[in-house]
Amino acid sequence: MTIKHHISDDFLLEYAAGTLSEGWSLGVASHLALCPECRERLAAMEGAAGALLDKIDATSPGGSEEDAWARMKGRLGEIRVEEVLRDAPAPSAALATAGPQGVLPEPLRSYVGGDIHEVKWRALGRGAYQILIDTGDRTTQTRLLRIPAGKPVPEHTHQGRELTLVLSGSFRDEVDRFGRGDVEEADGSLLHQPKADEDQDCICLAVTEAPLKFSSWIVRLVQPILKI
Amino acid sequence: MAQALEPDAARRLLVTVAQTRNVDAFETLFRFYAPRVRSFMALKVRDRQVAEELMQETMASVWSKATQFDPERGHVSAWVFTIARNVRIDFYRRRRPQFDASDPVFVADSAPPADEEFEHRQDAKLLREAMATLPQEQIEVLQKAFFEDISHSTIAEELGLPIGTVKSRIRLAFAKLRSALEGRR
Ligand SMILES: [Zn+2]
Repeated sequence: MTIKHHISDDFLLEYAAGTLSEGWSLGVASHLALCPECRERLAAMEGAAGALLDKIDATSPGGSEEDAWARMKGRLGEIRVEEVLRDAPAPSAALATAGPQGVLPEPLRSYVGGDIHEVKWRALGRGAYQILIDTGDRTTQTRLLRIPAGKPVPEHTHQGRELTLVLSGSFRDEVDRFGRGDVEEADGSLLHQPKADEDQDCICLAVTEAPLKFSSWIVRLVQPILKI
Repeated sequence: MAQALEPDAARRLLVTVAQTRNVDAFETLFRFYAPRVRSFMALKVRDRQVAEELMQETMASVWSKATQFDPERGHVSAWVFTIARNVRIDFYRRRRPQFDASDPVFVADSAPPADEEFEHRQDAKLLREAMATLPQEQIEVLQKAFFEDISHSTIAEELGLPIGTVKSRIRLAFAKLRSALEGRR
């Protein structure tokens, strides 16, 4: 199974630049863990940033380069040198399927506190479950959702930006089918009617803009159950 | 201030630092990158003293993390940018979750490493050539995105453009850079 729906240039560039807030970054980084293609795209963006850094206007107003170097040189002896070698490549898992290694990749697994079978899901009724993910980011809401197989979602529009990453199972809407690793980004202009596929429950990471609590289609699915 | 440092020269210097802790090699890197990193920091923090501190911290990390630079991948300038970016993120106490290549769930690239080595060496060169062909209006958006620590909607406001125009300039720029990189295959 190959990933078909990737992170947009828009999100990926803000992630590369370091301006994307923590909640969105968690969604982007979790996709990157599953998608070598987007890691290449990220590397190209960082390469572009490096090329721009070479050409940045570096005429320092008043500051002395000699002083700066003297200070740096004087500190070198005290700086702890990290002799650890580069990360060894992970044992190759060429297919983007949830294998015996687990379902949730890092950094998501640490945020959740374990893989999907190790943590406590909160039942929402009608076979749906969720786990709220705590981040320091007040501009987003981040959660894992488990949607029962075959469950349709009422037609609706979005309010604000949203990012959905499929981690297990799949769903289908007017745009396409979304399986493990696929990302669907949406904003207020998208009207769609997603439905979890029949064969198994669909587990997704849903990042939405706060305080529009229930802007995500996937959260709207469970909204009637929450009675909010 | 050093005016130029070729990618291959920068790579050799950093490898020398990693292997032998050669202070002269580090000085050459410092004299090229320190003024640039200081400018990068000053674009955001606006305070010369703070920009100087953040530059010192970035260059100290270049020294201490030199062994983590992979000479077969990417270019030293891109690596220095990521360190400076992370120093700036830490300074503002923000968090930027990252993937972990040693995680068993991580999906590794299936391409043979031997091919990749050659490809990545070509990338820095191809990327630079392609960057030189981008229209100024696209370069301007990328500079703001990477250096000024502002969102794309703020870039749109500052340039007096619709957000859609900013996003399409970003798409056009990276479409061109990607096709330049794919041309090598
Ligand atoms: Zn991708």
